[in-house]
Amino acid sequence: MTGPHPAIQTAPPDAAGRRLARWLHAHAGTQLRLLLAAPLAWMVFVYLGSLAILLLNAFWAKDAFTGKVAPFDWTLDAFAEILGNPVYRTVAARTMGIAILVTLTDALLAFPIAYYMARIASPRKRSVLLIAVVMPLWAAYLVKTYAWRTILQGNGFLSWVLTPFGIPGPGLDELPNAWLVLSYLWLPYMILPIYAGLERIPASMLEASADLGARASVTFRRVVLPLVFPALVAGSIFTFSLSLGDYIVPDLVADAKFIGNVIYDNSGLGNFPVAAAYSLLPVTIMVAYLLVARRLGAFESL
Amino acid sequence: MRRLTIPAVMVTIGLVAAACGTSVPSGALTSLGDGEGELNLVIWDGYAERGEIDEAYDWVTGFEDETGCKVNATPMTDSANGVQLLQSGEYDGGSFSGDATVRLMAAGDVAPVNVDLVPNYEDVFEGLKLKEHNSTDGVPYGIPHGRGPNLLMWNTDAVATDPTSWDPIWEGGADYEGKISIYDSSIFIADAALHLMTKNSDLGITNPYQLNDEQFAAAIDLLEQQRDNGAVYWGLLTDQVQSFEAGDSVVGTTWPYQVSLLQSEDVPVKAVLPDEGTTGWSDTWMIAADAAHPNCMYRWMNHIISPEANAQATVWFGEAAVTQAACDAADEISPGHCEQQHASDETYWEKIWYWTTPQADCNDDEEETTCKDQDDWVSAWTTLRGA
Repeated sequence: MTGPHPAIQTAPPDAAGRRLARWLHAHAGTQLRLLLAAPLAWMVFVYLGSLAILLLNAFWAKDAFTGKVAPFDWTLDAFAEILGNPVYRTVAARTMGIAILVTLTDALLAFPIAYYMARIASPRKRSVLLIAVVMPLWAAYLVKTYAWRTILQGNGFLSWVLTPFGIPGPGLDELPNAWLVLSYLWLPYMILPIYAGLERIPASMLEASADLGARASVTFRRVVLPLVFPALVAGSIFTFSLSLGDYIVPDLVADAKFIGNVIYDNSGLGNFPVAAAYSLLPVTIMVAYLLVARRLGAFESL
Repeated sequence: MRRLTIPAVMVTIGLVAAACGTSVPSGALTSLGDGEGELNLVIWDGYAERGEIDEAYDWVTGFEDETGCKVNATPMTDSANGVQLLQSGEYDGGSFSGDATVRLMAAGDVAPVNVDLVPNYEDVFEGLKLKEHNSTDGVPYGIPHGRGPNLLMWNTDAVATDPTSWDPIWEGGADYEGKISIYDSSIFIADAALHLMTKNSDLGITNPYQLNDEQFAAAIDLLEQQRDNGAVYWGLLTDQVQSFEAGDSVVGTTWPYQVSLLQSEDVPVKAVLPDEGTTGWSDTWMIAADAAHPNCMYRWMNHIISPEANAQATVWFGEAAVTQAACDAADEISPGHCEQQHASDETYWEKIWYWTTPQADCNDDEEETTCKDQDDWVSAWTTLRGA
């Protein structure tokens, strides 16, 4: 009896790869961690790490004359400057005010369009409308902003339309211009989540509501709105955060200073401590906003 | 006697060697090598033209062909932005005005220049050599490019009589509600201070860049009035050009470059250096202390003050050339250019307040005075613009 019976086939000796594969299969947790290691490493070290270094600048000192930042020279001067000078509060209030206005405007404009698309339009009309809503996103942000500039400027299109009525055109230094252009830019981002949210409402709900004797307005208020609210919040995340951080539109069409402009101006002047310290403000606002949005169920509706 | 001869000879040799020895400042290039193939510059827009706007004005392509140094030029919005760009370490040098040069020299961001390696330097007007803004302790830190005044510009269709003073943008601003075009930089506070030098001599302002608390507050008040009259601020000169073309601005402060750009577009503008005097700039090419392509930079510095290049550059921008040879060449492109720009008239420049950095010690070592410094100016400007 030497060796195994010929009928018994012995497997060839395992190659290293197969041994590894078998080991990983047996340790599924480790396999998952290894798979995620590379993208997570990029996320943590490259993305979050560089953000952290940037924000660390908020705690460093800067020489007034040479303009150089002294790394690791810890100080709270930048925060003192921001809290001490009322202009930073004014700018923050202005930015948040416009962001809220833009969100409300877009919600009011987007809802009817999304409702029509989701519940009333025939499939063909719906596709056409979807394409129409998404198409502006194909044009670059800057192209659209410059188009609005030519409309709003002193001898621009709007001025040409209003002149016969004796109303002067707005010119490029009116704050409402920023509200107008930002509402235009982010409207598709509000329409799409609301459309998705409305589409998810089963028709049976509305029928049941009617069967129970509710008029259309009551059904809308008591059934549709609560169901679509998370989607509204999801859409508002886009409009609010994008407006909060924007600095190109306020500069180009309104000659106004938003939070982003102050950060940009300070960076351009090499005043990184103040720029970084001020950046912490929109970061904090958005973290708080997202926590509230999550509580309201927006993340399921994105 | 014998015993002293050898030490005496050695001392003599030592002294002679020290005297003829290197007048090359430490940190400067000692000899010119081959070009590195690339050159990254921070410039004022219009300082490195390659014929894209007007084919006749191109002093870059010839340089690239001759030296093999490909030029990449980045325009700055104002001096503080220029300082920040150079400090990023991405550039070999640039053209800086006096309010940037002083800071760069103090911070050690720029290296001294070995003028022996820049043959055209000896032709530069004496009035531009070894000045406070381009040298430290008698060591040259840069090559002068040109100098010019800040001007008052107006649209002749909208402004009835040609102004001769700065009033239209200050007290007279109410007439041009919302159409006043102002340079968007903290350095403009000096222009307000300059206006106060004639309008309110009680304040005792002697230097528009070194202001005490009271003088500074008065200047800011004046600027707030101007803002409330609807001033529109330009950061890039192209913004101002567009604004005048569209009719959104009809009067404002400008550089000679915008005047000629607008006139070439048939926009009816004129400009003047008002009676009260004005602020201005004297620009210098400086080399970064850690320049990656120093040989290319030295070649560029020599090229830009060669007669043809400097003539083209200064006629194009509308500033004064820096050598007599450049003036002669400029007169061929634009007759009378150097006369108009007062290129060799030093008394003219004494009335112009070059941009310089405000300093806490008022840049005055003798007296114990305190002034608002650069950070105060920037902070005040941010407040003015943000409110």
